[in-house]
Amino acid sequence: MTPERQKSLLRLLQHNAKLSPQTLAAMLEEDVEAVERTIRDLEGTGVIRGYAAIVNWDRVEGDRITAIIEVKVTPQRGVGFDEVARRIYRFPEVQAVQLLSGSYDLQVVVVGGRIQEVARFVSERLATIDFIQSTTTHFILKTYKVDGVVLEDGDDDQRLVITP
Amino acid sequence: MTDWSSRLVPLARDLPPSGIRRFFDLAATMEDVISLGVGEPDFVTPWHIREAGLYALERGMTTYTANAGLLALRQAIARYLERRFTLRYAPEGELLVSVGGSEAIDLALRVLVRPGDRVLIPEPTYVAYTPLVRLAGGEPVHVPLRADEGFRLTASDLHQAVVASGARLLIWCNPNNPTGAVVDRRQLSALAEVAEQHDLAVISDEIYAEIVYGADYGSLAQVAEMRERTVLVGGFSKAFAMTGWRLGYAAGPEPVIRAMLKVHQYAMLCAPVMAQVAAVEAIERGLQDVAEMVDEYDRRRRFIVYALRDMGLACSDPGGAFYAFPDIRSTGLTSVQFAEDLLVHAKVAVVPGSVFGPSGEGFVRCSYAAAINQLERAMTRLRGFLQAGG
Repeated sequence: MTPERQKSLLRLLQHNAKLSPQTLAAMLEEDVEAVERTIRDLEGTGVIRGYAAIVNWDRVEGDRITAIIEVKVTPQRGVGFDEVARRIYRFPEVQAVQLLSGSYDLQVVVVGGRIQEVARFVSERLATIDFIQSTTTHFILKTYKVDGVVLEDGDDDQRLVITP
Repeated sequence: MTDWSSRLVPLARDLPPSGIRRFFDLAATMEDVISLGVGEPDFVTPWHIREAGLYALERGMTTYTANAGLLALRQAIARYLERRFTLRYAPEGELLVSVGGSEAIDLALRVLVRPGDRVLIPEPTYVAYTPLVRLAGGEPVHVPLRADEGFRLTASDLHQAVVASGARLLIWCNPNNPTGAVVDRRQLSALAEVAEQHDLAVISDEIYAEIVYGADYGSLAQVAEMRERTVLVGGFSKAFAMTGWRLGYAAGPEPVIRAMLKVHQYAMLCAPVMAQVAAVEAIERGLQDVAEMVDEYDRRRRFIVYALRDMGLACSDPGGAFYAFPDIRSTGLTSVQFAEDLLVHAKVAVVPGSVFGPSGEGFVRCSYAAAINQLERAMTRLRGFLQAGG
């Protein structure tokens, strides 16, 4: 499969991972076997790291709080930010860690059951890691759009059922 | 009580209602219908275009514009036509902004059709041409298109039709609704020769011009000397997903456009200003959105054509628009029976090909302006319907 087709395949899967190999093959004008093989290869080489549902947790009963934490780090000789990032991402409550340009270095996304839980994680686990200078914690109040998907109810298809 | 039927103009009174209407009424009463019957994009107008329309309202742009449309828009359309088709039209005099492509078609017919004039209409085709020709006082002459030609108008068919009818005007759309067929540039040149030979004028509805898939597509007006005998009708509805904004345009030789402008200024005055402002944004900064939407249509097109063929229905490759036009003659049903049964038993709405002209009998129009998961479900239902014996 050409690199361009592979990218199309990845975009289709990223948008809807439930599309069957048969449908994907038809959409890309490829053999079903070629699509299945390419997906296996992409999984094997780590390009595709998994398949997940996009969940609107605001609609789910129960306590769940997400915090975005800005972390300023003193980079270490030889390993830069990587070693600190690794120490952070090993905590299971950490959902995401990214190195950013700008006024702080690492952005850490943490999910917990209650605010106190997240606060304890920040003060006891995160802030105490060597080379971390400071943290600023933001609690998410409402999610409007995630991974390109708007979570609010949109209007239904406004089109007439049949038009010329 | 006034007896209106005796007052109504016979032409209007006797105009048959669109064949689509009955299906619409039936489908509208049913739940859980997957509709492949929609002749407009499923995308919403890209946000930056909507935002430009909103901004126009915020600035208080709520007035009439020049009859021919905002000069800025006409200039933008002229630049677009030159870039896209190497066609030059003067924003002053050769371009007219209309209320949808539909109005431009009506205007062109009104100024080009004299009482009793015969007008060639290749069919199956968009449903509006025949009634509009009648309303303009003309006599529609259908030119049957053949499935074995992929429903493309051929030079020999056009030649025969002109000779047999003595018509001096042709109205057609390319890419075609309902068949999705595209007449490519080589074939356009052959048609142009016939038009030259018989002094045929053409109203060329190219509303789907941006939605083509790899075909060597061109505007009829850019072939040979056709610019001088063509009224080119374009619009924003299909390309930019702007159907509800009602904005189109006509480009053509000055005498025709001037005449159309007179009718337009009395009957319509001008197109809505906020839609015109949004259209400037669309044509100047929206072509990337169009490319992305066309990519998406293309993937759906491949899926639906594959799925239809896989269940045993012959279906030629649609080169443009967002319609597949499968052959359902193997079921032994007429188009109308097929579409009704499919709707009632499998809850999938398609449009019978016969609605678009007698040569569409035996075919149905399936719009793939629907999300891929909807298309998948529709194809599963259709397959079940066919396996159950239609």
